Amino acid sequence: MLMTLETTASAATDTPTATAPAGRWRRFARPVLGLLLPVGLALIWEAVVAAGWSNGRLVPPPSKVFATITELARSGELIRHITATMTRVGAGFALGVVAGTLFGAVSGYWGLARRLLDPTVQALRAIPSIAWVPLFILWLGIFETSKIALIAVGVFFPVYLGVMGAILSVDRKIVEVGRTFRLSGPAMIRRILLPAVLPAYVVSLRVGLGLGWMFVVAAEFMGASEGLGYLLIDGQQLGKPAQILAAIVIFAILGKTTDWLIEISSAPLLRWQDAFRPGGEG
Amino acid sequence: MLKLERVGKTYPNGVHALERFSAEIRQGEIVAIIGGSGCGKSTLLRAIAGLDRASSGSVVLDDITISAPHEKIGIIFQEPRLLPWLSVADNIGFGLGDRPRSERDARVAAALARVGLADKAKAWPRELSGGQAQRVAIARALVPRPEVLLLDEPFSALDAFTRRDLQDHLLDLWADTRPTLILVTHDVDEAVVLADRVLVMRPRPGRLFEQIIINLARPRDRNSELFDSFKRRVLTALDRSLDRSVPDADPKSTAGEAMWW
Repeated sequence: MLMTLETTASAATDTPTATAPAGRWRRFARPVLGLLLPVGLALIWEAVVAAGWSNGRLVPPPSKVFATITELARSGELIRHITATMTRVGAGFALGVVAGTLFGAVSGYWGLARRLLDPTVQALRAIPSIAWVPLFILWLGIFETSKIALIAVGVFFPVYLGVMGAILSVDRKIVEVGRTFRLSGPAMIRRILLPAVLPAYVVSLRVGLGLGWMFVVAAEFMGASEGLGYLLIDGQQLGKPAQILAAIVIFAILGKTTDWLIEISSAPLLRWQDAFRPGGEG
Repeated sequence: MLKLERVGKTYPNGVHALERFSAEIRQGEIVAIIGGSGCGKSTLLRAIAGLDRASSGSVVLDDITISAPHEKIGIIFQEPRLLPWLSVADNIGFGLGDRPRSERDARVAAALARVGLADKAKAWPRELSGGQAQRVAIARALVPRPEVLLLDEPFSALDAFTRRDLQDHLLDLWADTRPTLILVTHDVDEAVVLADRVLVMRPRPGRLFEQIIINLARPRDRNSELFDSFKRRVLTALDRSLDRSVPDADPKSTAGEAMWW
């Protein structure tokens, strides 16, 4: 009796057939629930403007925002701006991740390096990253380099902290298992530390990417001739709220999509996690 | 033959955990180490495992002095300590990383079948019950075919029913290759049902207090009178070990039991 209870319980959690109804609910109904509020509000606003209760000049209705996006897309402007912004985020994120991972790993793994390095990094972290902007412009010019540097700085700190913290919190008991099987240093890293650190690492990448998107706007505010941030400034200066909203919507879509890409690509590596629920955030 | 020669351990914080512990353990013998808390049982086991170095004395297995984990020595902890990112099968094969894939797969499959978890090969550790997880841990430790298997209160976190089941199962597995088993426990019943010899330790600092030879044939009947009398002997020794007024058994003598019985 005990055994049957046990096997049916485990079968219910891991066979796809048993979870199919719940899975379908999760895949379709939950995102729909989440869309209800924004889509509802947008429709109400659309109706309010269509009925003439508001002129919608400062808060343009969704149809006008959508029209702006399609217009920008047709002229090829949109792709140019998106490419410019994506390139900056991509380069800054890559640099920040590489540096953050290297420094974080060294600090986490090697006590002497941590005592040497960490106080300085923590002190630098306390500086609001935007404060670097004037210096970066002086050092690196007003073009791409300074923008990418700012984004990289924003991405660096969460990744550094995430990697170091994850290494320091690896369970000593699990490391001991590696020791009893006489793993060499590199094997210990590959077979114990890397997989143990991975969940926290993915989280720090996602936080870093979020900050990357934040800093690209700041970077593009300080003088850019293209990019989504430029669209925002341009819309403000020329009084085109629809263009500002269009850029915001595209930021939201790009931010969510890139975050989702990290989540999706790391999911197969994290299936073992007890708490991980694929699609649970949707 | 495993020789423990006056093994002592003082931790850096000054705690004197273990004092000149000596014993000789034959190949294939099952020894239970029992004692109150703080008597250095786990310290001793970790020293034998090579996880912590003894501050004095030596652990010698077949003329090899053990100072670091050795391939002939396996250990099972109180918790299963499975690697959560590996399937059950990969956990069992963890210690065979240097063997060819085909050999590893064959030995893992055999071990899975032997512990009755063949259907769980692809499961994640989180999907196992406590008893199943500990069986995987036993299989993982046994698959590299150690000469000595150390068990640090391996069943204490399990319910009574599962514990008995696993004790019997452990004896079955032991009979396959007959490694030396050294079992730290605080469960008198467990010590008497498993061991050829029970070493009773006394605390602060941990020392060997007395040893009791359990010359009962296996399988042992937990309800027999003889079994009960051995349990009483171990219990009495445990009681005396906590009584500060009783002097220690001479740790150099292996015939300590003659002093009391």
